[in-house]
Amino acid sequence: MIDFGNIIYWVVVFLMMTGLYLVLASGNLIKKVVGLNIFQSSVFILYISLGKIAGGTAPIFAEGIERYANPLPHVLILTAIVVGVATTAVALALAVRIYAVYGSVEEADIEKQEVDAD
Amino acid sequence: MQLNKLFSAVMLFGMYSLLSAALFVSLDAVDVALTEASVGAGIATILMLGALSLTTNRQRQISWKRRLPAALVTVAIGVLLLYGLSDLPVFGDPAAPAFKHVYPRYAFESPHEIGIPNMVTSVLASYRGYDTLGEVTVIFTAAVAVATLMGHGSDTRSFSGEGMEHHLILRINAKLLLPMILLFALYVQFHGDYGPGGGFQAGVIFAAGFILYGLVFGMSTIREVAPPKIIRILCAAGLGLYLLVGLCGMLLGGNFLDYNVLAHHPVHGQHIGIMLIELGVGTTVAASMIGLFYAYAEHEHRQ
Amino acid sequence: MTTEHFPILQVVLPLLAAPVCLLIRHPRRCWWLAMTVSAATLVISVILISTVYASGPIVYHLGSWAAPWGIEYRIDRLNSLVLLIVSGIGSVVLLFAHGSLGFEVKRSRQYIFYTAWMLCLCGLLGMCATGDLFNIFVFLEISSLSMYLMIALGYEHRALNAVFSYLVMGTIGATFFLIGVGLLYALTGTLNLVDLSNRLEPIAGSPTVLTAFAFIILGIGIKAAVFPLHWWLPDAYRYAPNSATALLACTASKVAVYLIIRFVYDLFGPGFSFKSVQLTEVLLAAGVSATLLMSTVAVFQNDIKKMFAYSSVAQVGYMVIGISLASVAGVTAALLHMFNHAVIKSALFMALGTAFVRTGGFSIDQIQGMGRYMPWTMAALLVAGLSLVGVPLTAGFVSKWYLILAAIEHDYLWLAIIVVAGSLLTLAYVWRVIEAGYFKPIPNHIEQRREAGAGLLVPLWILVLANLYFGIDTSLTLGAAHGAARALLGIAQ
Repeated sequence: MIDFGNIIYWVVVFLMMTGLYLVLASGNLIKKVVGLNIFQSSVFILYISLGKIAGGTAPIFAEGIERYANPLPHVLILTAIVVGVATTAVALALAVRIYAVYGSVEEADIEKQEVDAD
Repeated sequence: MQLNKLFSAVMLFGMYSLLSAALFVSLDAVDVALTEASVGAGIATILMLGALSLTTNRQRQISWKRRLPAALVTVAIGVLLLYGLSDLPVFGDPAAPAFKHVYPRYAFESPHEIGIPNMVTSVLASYRGYDTLGEVTVIFTAAVAVATLMGHGSDTRSFSGEGMEHHLILRINAKLLLPMILLFALYVQFHGDYGPGGGFQAGVIFAAGFILYGLVFGMSTIREVAPPKIIRILCAAGLGLYLLVGLCGMLLGGNFLDYNVLAHHPVHGQHIGIMLIELGVGTTVAASMIGLFYAYAEHEHRQ
Repeated sequence: MTTEHFPILQVVLPLLAAPVCLLIRHPRRCWWLAMTVSAATLVISVILISTVYASGPIVYHLGSWAAPWGIEYRIDRLNSLVLLIVSGIGSVVLLFAHGSLGFEVKRSRQYIFYTAWMLCLCGLLGMCATGDLFNIFVFLEISSLSMYLMIALGYEHRALNAVFSYLVMGTIGATFFLIGVGLLYALTGTLNLVDLSNRLEPIAGSPTVLTAFAFIILGIGIKAAVFPLHWWLPDAYRYAPNSATALLACTASKVAVYLIIRFVYDLFGPGFSFKSVQLTEVLLAAGVSATLLMSTVAVFQNDIKKMFAYSSVAQVGYMVIGISLASVAGVTAALLHMFNHAVIKSALFMALGTAFVRTGGFSIDQIQGMGRYMPWTMAALLVAGLSLVGVPLTAGFVSKWYLILAAIEHDYLWLAIIVVAGSLLTLAYVWRVIEAGYFKPIPNHIEQRREAGAGLLVPLWILVLANLYFGIDTSLTLGAAHGAARALLGIAQ
């Protein structure tokens, strides 16, 4: 087994920055949603890496095994994944509705139409 | 790399999600991996593709005016997080605080206290069963929200959505696959005590089977099997079942969601409680996912 | 079932009502169910707060699992007050929703609004009552998602854009919160607030704790619309159905402010928050700029609903100033303002909602001359507006008075002056509304020049009278705020 060291935490930071940048910089609503998903999954990896124990196994009880990964972060992330997909579904539904009204999912186009309407 | 087609971005996201599921397996989080694979790589990607098909595949270049502040904020937050991660216990260290305080009871006592080997299920459904109730509520809320936003909530609209009548191989394969998928869903549902799985993953797989059926044989066929009204009732019923189990614990003299009082022997009570709430989770999740699919399909039809 | 289950029943009753509403689908029956449940939560809040004052904090173990292993509900002086605000104001606004919803949301979709309302109430109450960090995240998301749904039911299609921005910001906030929680868990191995608080003390100097603190406060700060994290708020408030705006402004943002108080004073402790981290300066800067800048922005709004939305950001600024002072007087002022502002803003948004019935819009031109054909509504707008300014004998005066006292206690004379300056700016924009309502001719397009129905006026005036009552008899609110503040700062009763 390769010693990961703390490299995994660097991965978390990288993913978090990628996702956040995508959300903040992108003017495309759907791409924002993709960014949010990447951002959230960085947190998933953070939690799961906290639950890892060296030389352990999956947290399912079996005779003769002494070390199990920590089940608590797993449970929290199961919940967080579900919450994440729920938010994604609502966000995408909104994007679809916005497209139906404005004919675009670009923030710039939508703003322009709003300004013209005023 | 600049991706001008959103389609590629979404597909890359799906692959990324699948890879992170593989990472979760190597980090011993099998339940999470199963969920990430079915939800992240499955449902989320399908939803994004659906949204793309209902909107547009093209995107604009991002202007520098937006890039610069976004990059600054991102870097600031990234540096802050790096600073914070610097003092975390070493990866995999058995002496880390996360393995000291609350953990031993979950890892070493839950197999006796709850009586099931999968600790994730024990924590999810019993110790922290209340979080899971919240999670089911979140899915329920999202299903209601999406149906409202996209479907306008009518039952009467007829569907002419055709299936793939001319694809004989596809149809036969789908017919062969469908029972397997549903059977596998039931296995994941009821085997979640012993292996990875549980109501949530089962619900997603069950819904996937239905969606496959709908795609191949047409929307009108699937709506005959599962009319939106039934789906709505099931969606509410799953959440209701979970709540009722909680209230039963209360009526039988325990606290809310106390399963020990459900039977004469606490471990037996835990079994009953966990099975029932997992059923509730599975029902609401499956119904919600099918409901999401209906909402997208209905919206497409209206356009 | 006895009273011991009240903490959980308060949250579970609305949750139970939500799927039932979805199945009933009949608007009136849904409203009756929602109203009954909402009233029940109010009764429970009253019982809870009196029990807390009589016999100390109430602890309820969910699933009968003891605390750090299971999730517990912990009701103390602080959150029993917030529970009371949420359930109390929520009930009156729901009473109002019955009359106002018909003008904004199609009849066939009203049941969805009530379903979302119940889910939101459940989420907000759950966030207040829980003593578990991760559980806060779950209920935060319940309340947020249902809130998005309620705003999206607004009749203007701009509501969709508003919700999308709110959703993106809200999700970033929630994810920041989640990062903070993960870091704290890595350091302590627990998620229980009380347990965490004890275990954090010895490791308070760790960079990881500092980072966790920053992420958690940033995340909740977005939800509370603390300046400069507020930019999702004006549009979300503006385009939501009127009753949803009142709920959003008076309960959702208050719960987020409560969480800031809870984390700053209870979880991390004032010693950490104000000594290890220079939180006073940060919060003071945020609060003062919110008060001055946002009030100024409000003065130049021609849309009254947006004006009051910006005003909400400014008023959160006052609460943040109170929190930043790190003293009993400061926290008392913050809590008082939390309560009073909930009463003020709900009255204002409900008055706007009542006016909307006849004017069909929120622009300042549209309410011209309203004092002549809608005397009760305009009078409500006047009284609540003056309360927002902080005129003596109104609720708004009390909280600003105590904020000034708290500032003077710290020898921050300049801060007291800023609070007064903020009030003058408030007077400037409230005056624009009053001037238009009383001293301008009625525009021609208003067809029905008569007062709105009792279904709208009664709940509105309940809150207007509450503004006057809590401005004159301060013993209840001041006692509760002061008691909570003393308990938070660990001063013996």
